[in-house]
Amino acid sequence: MNQAKLPTDLAPEADLARFSDRVGFFTLTAKEIKRFWNVLGQTVTAPVVTALLYLLVFAQAMKGRAPVYPGVDYTEFLVPGLVMMTVIQNAFANSSSSLTQSKIMGNLVFLLMAPLGAWEWFAAYVTAALVRAVLVASAMLAVALLFVPLPLHAPLALLAMFLLSGASLAVLGLIAGIVASKFDHLAAFTNFIITPLSFLSGVFYSVHALPPFWYAASHFNPFFYMIDGFRYGFFGQADVPIALSLAWAAGFLVLLSTICLWMLMTGYKLRR
Amino acid sequence: MNTSPTDALSIDGVRKAYGKVQALDGVGFNIRRGEFFGLLGPNGAGKSTLINIIAGLVRADQGRIGVLGHDTVRDWRSARRLIGVVPQELVFDPFFKVVDMLRIQAGYYGCGRESWPWIDEMLVKLDLDSKRNASMRTLSGGMKRRVLIAQALVHRPPVVILDEPTAGVDVELRRTLWGFMSELHAKGTTVVLTTHYLEEAQDLCERIAIIDKGKVRVIETTAQLLNRHPFRFLRIKLANEGLLPESLRPLVSGEKNGSIELRLDREKHPISGVFTALRAAGLDLEDVHTREPDLEDIFIELTHDHSRPAVNGGVR
Ligand SMILES: Nc1ncnc2c1ncn2[C@@H]1O[C@H](COP(=O)(O)OP(=O)(O)OP(=O)(O)O)[C@@H](O)[C@H]1O
Ligand SMILES: [Mg+2]
Repeated sequence: MNQAKLPTDLAPEADLARFSDRVGFFTLTAKEIKRFWNVLGQTVTAPVVTALLYLLVFAQAMKGRAPVYPGVDYTEFLVPGLVMMTVIQNAFANSSSSLTQSKIMGNLVFLLMAPLGAWEWFAAYVTAALVRAVLVASAMLAVALLFVPLPLHAPLALLAMFLLSGASLAVLGLIAGIVASKFDHLAAFTNFIITPLSFLSGVFYSVHALPPFWYAASHFNPFFYMIDGFRYGFFGQADVPIALSLAWAAGFLVLLSTICLWMLMTGYKLRR
Repeated sequence: MNTSPTDALSIDGVRKAYGKVQALDGVGFNIRRGEFFGLLGPNGAGKSTLINIIAGLVRADQGRIGVLGHDTVRDWRSARRLIGVVPQELVFDPFFKVVDMLRIQAGYYGCGRESWPWIDEMLVKLDLDSKRNASMRTLSGGMKRRVLIAQALVHRPPVVILDEPTAGVDVELRRTLWGFMSELHAKGTTVVLTTHYLEEAQDLCERIAIIDKGKVRVIETTAQLLNRHPFRFLRIKLANEGLLPESLRPLVSGEKNGSIELRLDREKHPISGVFTALRAAGLDLEDVHTREPDLEDIFIELTHDHSRPAVNGGVR
């Protein structure tokens, strides 16, 4: 056995130089990615298969309907919406379930005791959720493109909508994970907020086809803008101008990030 | 009191209430660098609450704590890097292997690959080497406890706090842990230990604080604590059947297997006085045995029986 090299009479200031903030952030990010990577079947394959089943069923059921936009038939119209809906649900699920699980298992103390700041927590959880969102979205598009040809009108807008939306939902997941003290709370959040808002966001239809009340209501749903803007990236046509969708998605992200960072900085619900 | 860099821990006026329960009611003391310090007290005394505040898991309502001069709130990043805390609860992440768990924890502290040899060394020292690639969920309780200890040390903190590391641990492992803690201490690490095994504290700790109901009852070196106890114990076995003289009866503190234990005040009840009284009553002794008080007697004195006079040097 060789001798343990414990710091003996090191001056604490000199001693502190051996730590790196960046390593802390990278480790947490890697750990969060590893967490869903170990169960890819549940975290990526399952949601992709579900979304593709929607595509199959709706494409069959709605066959022969009039194009939603000129030159865009229903199946084409459906793909971007379904991709964005899957991104929304999985970005949310990634950060919220990870945090809630650690809280319930009690192993969140390992993170809480570590010298990780609010920004590092925030960036690590959001990055990991975005990695999962990229995997889910690329898998879906790869399969869908075999059957449905899709144009690519505005790639930058597409990327911006993807990042803003994925990040927003990752942050919302963090907030939900911080607030929830049991899985029931998280399930309620998913079932009563995320799922209804994503189904009522115009994934399966253009909001122009809705009765006036629901048409108006859709315009207060951030998910509607995320999907509409994402669709614009492909077709160059959408229900509202791309600038409005970008503004909503960015505004939503800023609002949620402010709330989330405040929670992390003050230790809200995390440090009793 | 201020946060002095010469102290490993400086705790100043810390108060914490959980609803109506005042878990900590103005706790303040300093722990010097390199000390082996015992934090004792009955269940619910507030030990874990204090440790959790030091670790940054719980926020104090009032008061300040410094780790080697770094305030745990204002300068939290440095303070957290300088301590390692073994929590009381047996928590673990079931999704990772032992060695990965330790590397991840080192990473959280900002330590990269350079910490891996030290992790391997700890796995050997804590007899976990055969389990390095086992999933956390497959470990026994005692093994999880050891991983928890290794996890607190991955970043080689100069101050280590162990909240009941030997609770529910078998005799052999307890000895391993004592050796491990002594070794850390010998290398200059400040070690703070809480335990309900008082012989453990008596053997290992240089200085001890006893807290009860959120207040420090006493804080002294272990030797002082043992010496200042005003009593000693005398166990006698009478050779013939007979009643103890009236004057000795109030001193009886226990009776076992025909022996009687008397609790004698060092000043007021010299042992010779007992013998004189016994002879006067015509009683012969078959066996005599004296016992110095141990930490357990002092602990009971301080935490269970407040009607008796407090030990000198008691802190209010
Ligand atoms: N999260 C909490 N919520 C409410 N009350 C709490 C909480 N944590 C601790 N307490 C209360 O604070 C008091 C001190 O608890 P603490 O865990 O600090 O005691 P302890 O000295 O560590 O005891 P033990 O020896 O049993 O571990 C107890 O009355 C306990 O019930
Ligand atoms: Mg405790």
